Amino acid sequence: MAKKPLSPEARSILNSRVSRRAVLAGAGAVAGASALASCGSGGGADAANSVRWANWTLYLDVDESGNKYPTLEAFKEKFGIDAVYSEDINDNDEFFGKVQGQLKLGEDIGYDIITPTDWMAARFIRLGYTQKFDKANIPNAKNILDSLASPSFDPNRDSSLTYQSIMAGLGWNTAVNPKGMKSVDDLWTPQNKGKIIVLSEMRDTIGVILLSQGVDITTVTEDQFMNAVDFLEKKIADGWIRGVKGNEYKEDLISGDATAVIAWAGDLFQLSNENEGKFDFAIPESGGTISGDNFLIPSTATAEGKKNAETLINYYYDPAVAAEVAAYVNYVTPVKGAQEEMAKFDPELAKSEYIFPTEKTLSRLNVFKALTPAEESAWTEAFQKAAGN
Amino acid sequence: MMSKSGISNPRTPYLLLLPGIAFLFTFFIWPIANLAQTSTQTPIAGGDTGEYEQTLRWANYLDAFLENKEQFGRSFLYAAIATVAALAIAYPLAYAIAFKAGKYKNVLLVLVVAPFFTSFLLRTIAWKQILGEQGVVVPFLRDLHIIAPSTTLTSSAFAVVAGMTYNFLPFMTLPLYASIDRIDPRTLEASGDLYANGITTFRKVTLPLSMPGVVAGTLLTFIPAAGDYVNAAILGSPQTKMIGNVIESRFFKIVDYPTAAALSFTLMAAILVLVSVYIRKAGTEELV
Repeated sequence: MAKKPLSPEARSILNSRVSRRAVLAGAGAVAGASALASCGSGGGADAANSVRWANWTLYLDVDESGNKYPTLEAFKEKFGIDAVYSEDINDNDEFFGKVQGQLKLGEDIGYDIITPTDWMAARFIRLGYTQKFDKANIPNAKNILDSLASPSFDPNRDSSLTYQSIMAGLGWNTAVNPKGMKSVDDLWTPQNKGKIIVLSEMRDTIGVILLSQGVDITTVTEDQFMNAVDFLEKKIADGWIRGVKGNEYKEDLISGDATAVIAWAGDLFQLSNENEGKFDFAIPESGGTISGDNFLIPSTATAEGKKNAETLINYYYDPAVAAEVAAYVNYVTPVKGAQEEMAKFDPELAKSEYIFPTEKTLSRLNVFKALTPAEESAWTEAFQKAAGN
Repeated sequence: MMSKSGISNPRTPYLLLLPGIAFLFTFFIWPIANLAQTSTQTPIAGGDTGEYEQTLRWANYLDAFLENKEQFGRSFLYAAIATVAALAIAYPLAYAIAFKAGKYKNVLLVLVVAPFFTSFLLRTIAWKQILGEQGVVVPFLRDLHIIAPSTTLTSSAFAVVAGMTYNFLPFMTLPLYASIDRIDPRTLEASGDLYANGITTFRKVTLPLSMPGVVAGTLLTFIPAAGDYVNAAILGSPQTKMIGNVIESRFFKIVDYPTAAALSFTLMAAILVLVSVYIRKAGTEELV
């Protein structure tokens, strides 16, 4: 290891999504530092031959030095377009808050591509803050998985394409829960009392609970939703759940302060790899949730910037490129053919259910329904209140 | 011949004040005015998330307060406990540095300030490790049977208050040190000459003379502690959330700007009232 990595805690602050490889390579520190350095830069190159991409932290393949992104470097070389990459998205709501004002005024937000999560992408599209793709520039869009091809917020994928998908289910410490977990009810066992953490991402936590109550989350009603929130509130009041958190739950699992979680598969996959199988993940029998982060072109991008953005999106929809990214980020890749491509350089990883879920697995994953603005406010408020806020 | 001295120009003081006024206007008055006008807005009927219009709905304040009185109460309670704890730790410390440290005075003062060289966030996260399962505190207390094997210290009110006490300790120590250091040792000798014992000397001489430091220190600790949300977010649980956490969630998660603004104003007003009462009791002349 060339560089001394930051402590896990420090990393969890700097990086919302830590990659297994980055951790192993000890590149976290450098990547984190560059994430900080890129904070507030935003602007910079807006020459005709460039494209500016705002993404989540450590969400793209990075080399051992931590400051070069191999697939992005190859893109620059191949197309002669200067790609300015910044890890400026830490939280959907926060990012929205940051750029909303400028989008409203039609002022450049400093990016030609952004990658918010489904429901936030839906909000961007609804508010007219995005541009429709020129599909002729993105022929590879045909590679999108059938299950992702027509989401309710953009049925024809006119202005969005999935970058990575994330599945949520149950995670646990195998020493404390040797029998594993099959259902949400398995969380509420004495050994986990006060040591359970659930995700602060409302749609994942409440989604998993709703599914365990037999509710179809693609059509969930307000009553059903509030019922699930009450359930969560009761579990918090009764001392079962110690926290409603984002990625930090990983550190609590490692330290032993948490023993069971409603969590993201990619994270547990990494943790398990780093800790000799001390952790495991399963989609509950009643079903898990799946959501995606989406490429969007903001309404403020120039014609040139838009065209370059489309070139870049098309590039990342090439199965070979998608396979390279997936091998690094460990999330579900949305690109058909990536599995075959990955098998060429990492046959073991290409078998991973976490990156390439089979049809059977996919059928157990559900997408939370699109909410109206009024529902979004009321439901988020109820969820936040249950979380003590 | 009259010299062209700038001092004779009556506009000079105003010109000197200009940068400060411009700064305060841009970064304090303007945002506060903005916040005030946001606090009485209501959602536009049929509007999208985050779209509000001015309807001068003053009831926003009442709603916001009533819905979150629990977190308000908790904020002031935690801040008060943290302030008292910080005072209890900082007073002997400042006293020792001022009177007993000798040539190590400066070294000790640097040590008091040293935590500031690290990020506030990282210092708070360090507490998560200190109080966590892999820290030294929990196994030690369990071995002594002071806490049950299943009891954890993180995600608790104790952790939140401990974190706040630690984080604001330098704000308490430095003003205390400044005022204790200024005490003329001869006043203590005089007290002894008048047959006062150590305790009486402390009560009648040292403490009254150090009151400016006590007042300044408690204010500098209590005010930021009451509005703090980092400690509760990192070291607490859903049951220990403070008003700062509610404001953050209202603003960023629920995108309910009016409630967030109303809560901010209510918090400011509450702190202002508490601080005025306190200063009046303690006497304004003590505030140096």
